[in-house]
Amino acid sequence: MTETASTAPAAAPTGVLPDVPRLPDRLVDQLAFPARDTYHRMVAAFRDSGFELCADLCAVDYLTHPGRTLPDGVEAERFEVVVNLLSLSVRQRVRIRVQVPEGAPEVDSITDLYPGADAMEREAYDLLGILFTGHPDMTRILMPEDWEGHPLRKDYGVGRVPVQFKEAPGPR
Amino acid sequence: MTDHDNDDVVHEELGHAGGLEPEPEDVELGLETTEKAHREAEEDRWFQSETSEGAQELLPRGTTTAGELRQEVGAVLRLPEGGYVDAGDIDIERRDDQTMIINMGPQHPSTHGVLRLMLELDGETVLRTKPIIGYLHTGMEKTGEELTYVTGATNTTRMDYLSPIANELVFCMATEALLGVELPPRAIWIRMLMAELNRMSSHLIWMATNGMDLGSTSMMIYGFREREMILAFFEKTTGQRMNHNFIRPGGVAADLPDGWQDDIEIICETILARTYEYDELLTGQPIFRDRTEAVGNISAEEALALGVTGPILRSTGVPWDLRRTMPYLAYDKLDFDVIVGSYGDNFDRYSVRLNEIRESIRMVGQIAEMMPPGDYRVQDRKVTPPPRARIDESMEALIHHFKIFTEGFRVPEGEVYVAIESPRGELGCYLVSDGTSKPYRLHIRAPSFVNLQALPLLLRGGLMADAVAVISSVDPIMGEVDR
Repeated sequence: MTETASTAPAAAPTGVLPDVPRLPDRLVDQLAFPARDTYHRMVAAFRDSGFELCADLCAVDYLTHPGRTLPDGVEAERFEVVVNLLSLSVRQRVRIRVQVPEGAPEVDSITDLYPGADAMEREAYDLLGILFTGHPDMTRILMPEDWEGHPLRKDYGVGRVPVQFKEAPGPR
Repeated sequence: MTDHDNDDVVHEELGHAGGLEPEPEDVELGLETTEKAHREAEEDRWFQSETSEGAQELLPRGTTTAGELRQEVGAVLRLPEGGYVDAGDIDIERRDDQTMIINMGPQHPSTHGVLRLMLELDGETVLRTKPIIGYLHTGMEKTGEELTYVTGATNTTRMDYLSPIANELVFCMATEALLGVELPPRAIWIRMLMAELNRMSSHLIWMATNGMDLGSTSMMIYGFREREMILAFFEKTTGQRMNHNFIRPGGVAADLPDGWQDDIEIICETILARTYEYDELLTGQPIFRDRTEAVGNISAEEALALGVTGPILRSTGVPWDLRRTMPYLAYDKLDFDVIVGSYGDNFDRYSVRLNEIRESIRMVGQIAEMMPPGDYRVQDRKVTPPPRARIDESMEALIHHFKIFTEGFRVPEGEVYVAIESPRGELGCYLVSDGTSKPYRLHIRAPSFVNLQALPLLLRGGLMADAVAVISSVDPIMGEVDR
């Protein structure tokens, strides 16, 4: 781990957006916390500087865990969209975390930069209700079309649908 | 006599049913109204009302705008640079009555599970494709939030049911990264041994099903036969053929069984010899080559843009294998080759996987030679339960054991993304901890889920008859796609 930590940040495009707050990550990856309006520009800058692959995109609902560690100048919101970019040329990862408020859970879609983020953004919408503006096909992907609510939200009612395991009435 | 008997029985049954029916109805009527009102009030609180739902299905050409069609190569791929998409290639003037949208799956036997595809056909040529998934969605990420870190591996192992070891491994590595635990060397090497054996078994079953999809039923039988040897070794080591829960945070569940070197030797020798039999059966066979060569092509740029990893990316000539490029465990101590293709067609994907089996055999041989002695799990009381024998002797050990399996251990607050090379590509685990004994958020970056996006591109312009072979060459595992 120490070896990777020492070699990793060398070729990093840290000068891409210097105004974005950062946290030193003890777990190898580079972390960046852009604001919502600079998020798309930042991902574009990373892509242009050699991060060819959007490895992962997911969202987290921090409703019951508000006091997480964030760098100065970043205000904690309920949702967070987490993007993991991977550079094949410099063999490095970067993780971008965007704060998304509860009232307007919207961020820019990055499908125009990474077409592969398509399904991942649909999944984040489906399970956590984050809307990605500019996404060409913002529909549910894992849940049925007529499903109500977003199951991975922390206030989603677990056990909302009653399930009778024993002595359930037959289909007739 | 017999008539009378029958009457009796019927009467009894009716009476039985009649006696039961009114009771619950009376009770339920009152309950239902209050419950319904209560539920509606709750729903207001739970759900966001404005969710813009739309059809997941492939829409007919008539309802799709020209701009959208031009953007689409397949239904999902939208390349950022216009250069990749030849605009003249997409016939936007085509009318609905010239094409046909047909549905394939989710019960189709060749879709490797419950994948549903909507294909737009012009005669026998596939134009647009849209994979529709979610038929196996069981909310495993949500379940993961309710399980402790000790029991969490039992959940993740069920995602990709053909490579359960890889799934356990990535979850445990993420947990250990948050905990800051250093593993003893033997645990690392046992993990590598199991992961490589698992890669062999996963690729073998892929060879089997791919052979089946191309009409080679012998390959089907052979692939399963060879896989059985590996599963027998897994059963001996872990106690189960699948869903092992063998890799635990802090090490592995048990040491390797006595005489494991002999088993490994037999497995390696037999399967290596058999891979050359596959060469004779498939690789050089003209029918097989005709059906796989230049079918389902993808370029390196397209694969990268779509986030495709694993054998599909390597088949395009990109030497990207996390075992080599971002080594984890002790892969940097092994001598192996990263297999790459050159055309990114079905045949390249076949040969990459076949040769990866051989590379895995090489690696397993090296691991068996270099397996260090010592402990198979970390001696950290916080993470590792006491050995079984100690529980009979010591009250503290019993309490400790009980605590670890009921409450689990606390993991420091933080978040981490760990990725490994599963047989299907980059398998990532994004784990958020809030300092309790359960993950706050568990997200698995499933390689099949992302790779499936390449399907519209791979199928486009090809023949309907090849679709089955192309789907198979992507190697989607629906348990992992839908989680």
